[in-house]
Amino acid sequence: MIRVRVQREDFDSGAELAALEALGGGAVASFTGLVRGDGGLKAMTLEHYPAMTEKALAGIAAEAERRWPLAGGTVIHRFGRLEPGARIVLVAIASAHRAAALEACAFLIDWLKVKAPFWKREEFTDGAARWVEARREDDAAAAAWERR
Amino acid sequence: MKFVYFAWVRETIGVDEEALTPPAGVNTVADMLDWLGGLDSGHGEALKDRARIRVAVDQAIAGPETPIGGATEIAIFPPVTGG
Repeated sequence: MIRVRVQREDFDSGAELAALEALGGGAVASFTGLVRGDGGLKAMTLEHYPAMTEKALAGIAAEAERRWPLAGGTVIHRFGRLEPGARIVLVAIASAHRAAALEACAFLIDWLKVKAPFWKREEFTDGAARWVEARREDDAAAAAWERR
Repeated sequence: MKFVYFAWVRETIGVDEEALTPPAGVNTVADMLDWLGGLDSGHGEALKDRARIRVAVDQAIAGPETPIGGATEIAIFPPVTGG
């Protein structure tokens, strides 16, 4: 069972991984997304669609569970204003074997990027601000999983 | 019907949400975008480039042909950029 959380607060990556290791699955893989501080970025604000976000993430988690034999998993996505170095997202998967854990982890972050209703607005040190544009490569990465 | 907007779509239209009743003949997402875009200059500006617009009907991603009859909440937003 993959647990999904959407929250403003930070999370403890180590504690989340330890909880999955305790399931006894044999393998845990994870991805942590952080705010990059390049290009004069001062902060990033993540907006989301509360009525839909958890539903969308649960749907993506259910698809991962359908595709791979998993012992458990955790998906945490933050919203609100985050500064460079801050954690944005954690995807962690426990399974009996590494291939399922690694593949399910990659699948979840690829699909989440194009299917979960979050939007990033960047603020720069020179005072400029802009909404991040969706990247074509992200659509291609997600679409590759549709064909598998 | 409740309409909710996010990111630059919300900023361009100028409100987070509004209650609107689509007229008869507005049956699909594509019809709805045509009608909504004609309401005033803010809606028109926000919706002018359909390639940059995504729609969810009752919290499920919808396509141009998705029917909107009976829906409670229509959400309009740019392509998502989370993760």
